[in-house]
Amino acid sequence: MRRALQAITSNLAASTGQLYRRRLPSVPRTDTLPERLLIHRYFFFSAERSPPITISTINPKVLSCDSAVHGEIVTRAKRLQQILLTKPSDLPFSEVIFCNVDDPQSLGQQPITFFREVLALCDHPELLDKGEVHGLFSLDSITRAKSIMKSIPGRTVGGYSDSKGIRSLRAAIAEGIGIRDGFSGNMEDIFLTDGASSGVHMMMRLMITSDRDGILCPIPHDPLYSASIALQGGALVPYYLNESTGWSLDVNELRLRLEAAFAAGIHVRALVVSNPGNPTGQVLADQNQREIIEFCRDEHLLLLADEVYQENIYTNKKYFTSFRKIARSMGYGEDDFNLVSFHSVSKGYYGECGMRGGYMEVTGLDSRVKQQLYKMASVNLCSNVTGQILMSLVMNPPRVGDGSYAHFTEERDNILSSLDQGSKMCVDAFKKMKGVTCNEVEGGLYLFPSIKLPNAALTAARSNGMEADTFYCRKLLDTTGIVTLPGSGFGQVPGTWHFRMTILPSQQKMAEILSRIADFHMKFMNEYRN
Amino acid sequence: MAPKKVLDPENINENIKKLVYAVRGELYIRASELQKEGKKIIFTNVGNPHALGQKPLTFPRQVVALCQAPFLMDDLNVDILFPADAIARAKHYLSYTSGGLGAYSDSRGLPGIRKDVADFIMRRDGYPSDPELIFLTDGASKGVTHLLNILIRNENDGVLCPIPQYPLYSATIQLVGGTLVPYYLSEEAGWGLDVKEMRSQVLEARKKGITVRGLVFINPGNPTGQCLSEANLRELIQFCYEEHIVLLADEVYQQNIYQDERPFISAKKVLMDMGPPYSNNVELASFHTVSKGYWGECGQRGAYFELTNMHPKTVDELYKVASIALSPNVPGQIFVGLMVNPPKPGDISYPKFAEESKAILDSLRRRAHMMTDGFNSCRNVTCNFTEGAMYSFPKIKLPAAAIAAAKRAGKAPDVFYCLKLLEATGISTVPGSGFGQKEGTFHVRTTILPSEDDIPEVMRMFKTFNEDFMAQYEGPQSRL
Repeated sequence: MRRALQAITSNLAASTGQLYRRRLPSVPRTDTLPERLLIHRYFFFSAERSPPITISTINPKVLSCDSAVHGEIVTRAKRLQQILLTKPSDLPFSEVIFCNVDDPQSLGQQPITFFREVLALCDHPELLDKGEVHGLFSLDSITRAKSIMKSIPGRTVGGYSDSKGIRSLRAAIAEGIGIRDGFSGNMEDIFLTDGASSGVHMMMRLMITSDRDGILCPIPHDPLYSASIALQGGALVPYYLNESTGWSLDVNELRLRLEAAFAAGIHVRALVVSNPGNPTGQVLADQNQREIIEFCRDEHLLLLADEVYQENIYTNKKYFTSFRKIARSMGYGEDDFNLVSFHSVSKGYYGECGMRGGYMEVTGLDSRVKQQLYKMASVNLCSNVTGQILMSLVMNPPRVGDGSYAHFTEERDNILSSLDQGSKMCVDAFKKMKGVTCNEVEGGLYLFPSIKLPNAALTAARSNGMEADTFYCRKLLDTTGIVTLPGSGFGQVPGTWHFRMTILPSQQKMAEILSRIADFHMKFMNEYRN
Repeated sequence: MAPKKVLDPENINENIKKLVYAVRGELYIRASELQKEGKKIIFTNVGNPHALGQKPLTFPRQVVALCQAPFLMDDLNVDILFPADAIARAKHYLSYTSGGLGAYSDSRGLPGIRKDVADFIMRRDGYPSDPELIFLTDGASKGVTHLLNILIRNENDGVLCPIPQYPLYSATIQLVGGTLVPYYLSEEAGWGLDVKEMRSQVLEARKKGITVRGLVFINPGNPTGQCLSEANLRELIQFCYEEHIVLLADEVYQQNIYQDERPFISAKKVLMDMGPPYSNNVELASFHTVSKGYWGECGQRGAYFELTNMHPKTVDELYKVASIALSPNVPGQIFVGLMVNPPKPGDISYPKFAEESKAILDSLRRRAHMMTDGFNSCRNVTCNFTEGAMYSFPKIKLPAAAIAAAKRAGKAPDVFYCLKLLEATGISTVPGSGFGQKEGTFHVRTTILPSEDDIPEVMRMFKTFNEDFMAQYEGPQSRL
């Protein structure tokens, strides 16, 4: 058994060694061999007059990172949008519909009234002194805004705050975490950041000291992680989620990948787990989470828990439990388990992407390491204060008895039920399409259907210089105006093809979108049938 | 037993451990501790106007509040609380977005705001500006990090920085693993810069195997407050052209000018004025923000940078890196839009806006004088005039006995001085060593931001402390 495992491990090491090596910068076709030699020359020559800042002389780590979000499909979509404005008759559709990014408010979702009332009052606190304000704002939003403003040093949102974020807001967030988990939070563990992404970048920067430092990441995953790891020059160590079992996470798979990495000379520092998953939409079962925690403890790994979709749950068979809660329930105290949990104002039912509010909760880390994190945060001075306030509102929304509670819950429940229905509509529609399989969307804001592309399509894609799923998404865009992202941007088992779509459009819009996709899909599969 | 920590100081990024950001470093941490213990602290460590009582400008806050809560504009009573031009402007900015403030914008920022920035630059400089080469960022610091990240490949890549400099530069260069190549500003010559000195530093760096790729200059200067002359800017540009170096122009204090001999002139304008081969070759990145000026909206994290003569593929790569973070915060972008396009004569809100802005700038000018004069009246203290920006950077002639005492305490001499100052008076400053200074000199940076009512008391407390300190370490003042 041991020998069999060793064989698997060494095979994996050989093949995944390829994966670990940071992908060489994709040099544009205009780049010539002399220019590539230039890179080496500039690295090894003793210093001379600086080369101009061309593509060959910028930081290679920047070149090596990818951004699926800003890839060729989105660029083309924007161009098509321009064409629609000038020569709409050139295109077979009248609207470009962006289903590639979970940006609820750009797709018509309304913000939560109470949150925006409080933010407006904090932006212009002069209003709080005027009697007329009661005619325009709810009483409890006025009370909340007054209380927040009073608790901010300087009583202004215009000042730099503490580099971890305003104390009172962190305290509110810690309290909210305590209510959610049943285990009290600690405000000194909270770092408020410009969106969760900033926190992820900070942690990668902290942990990655060389290209021998590896981070275990799920395949498929949010391209933020691969990009951030590449930017820091680290090694992404992939582990595969199992599509056939609802994108489940098998700890044996983790173990296998870890050993292969070790054999390839990679020192794995952390494990990224997304719960609910992006793009895969699965919610982890408690037992699974316990296994993951034990694995991290046994293997001495930091757990990076991306929990930004914690309020997007569409199944009553499972519910969201934070990793922190699971760890505490297992009897692991603050110091017994190294965990960073990320949350954000961009998702949930609030969908406030543009505000860039988020936090990371850092528990179990050495206090000297936390000081270094603080120091890093201080160079940027602080995250935007409006985002900080919003994050505290998300973790401390209106409660029973508050004046705004009824309206708030109505807004929230409408949005969540709409998302729930949207997710089911999508899954049902995709399941009906030939050659398409689609797992249930248990949570999150995306679905990630798999398409069995015929060989003729694969050939056509190759001759166009594209991955097969990019080819599919490109054709979908050109035919219907619907923007999706190819699975290759997120990682997938080689030989499988997927695309990612959000579940955000309204029911009415979604029906139209799904019908057009079904239509397109049928024609595509006919055109390229073997 | 708790397992060993996964991350300990031995196995984390060395660059983070090495970096120092004094503005929120030892002095600030000590000041915060004392504040928690109940001591009254006057924070003059960071340019944070609103935290020291400066009121926000009314019009921008009205506009952004309306953008936050657009449903207000459906209410008939909104006119009671908001002027018509604020309402119109809010609607205008909302039309720039794809779904209000809560939707991601383009990773470079809303195209409408970028166009407004380009128009502003055109009006300011007289030369066209391309919105496609303007990036909005969550504060200028993030923009600086982007550029340094692109420029620096490894520790053999160097970036010229003025000494003294705002430690964002030293910290970020360290963070991305590059080398800081210093060029010394001349205190005796009003913190002037000398291109000969710069050239000799570059040659020194090259001997050590450093490829110098960028040159940072801060105009008006931080912490030094000098405003560069047009001649100076021409020299810088020429130097960058000859040495093939990217020019990074930190112009965040361009609205803070307290003398009339050298008004602000942008690097872009001088570059364009110089014509070819400079105007079409020198690579330039210019930074501006809503955090400074008379706006002081630090907490919004609103800023932009403009690129000139950058290789298009490099611009693409910058766009790619920006897109990983999806987009800068939208309210901050609206503030940038308002800053570059404030109320104009004829607008309903113009009189109030003009009055508020003028009051702030006039007051800052008076405070610049008050603090310079105050420091110059102290024993062993000389202080160049704050021509611009928000800081005073007096030089303190520390007696030998004080330097020895500092050494015994394990502190740099100016850190020692500043800690004593903090403990005696509650005034939280940043020691000159945090910015860099000529070997053997010592400085202290304070802001000029305490209110005009508070400054006399602040200066009095400083003077008393300084007198006592000098008496302690040098003996009573000898009469000449």
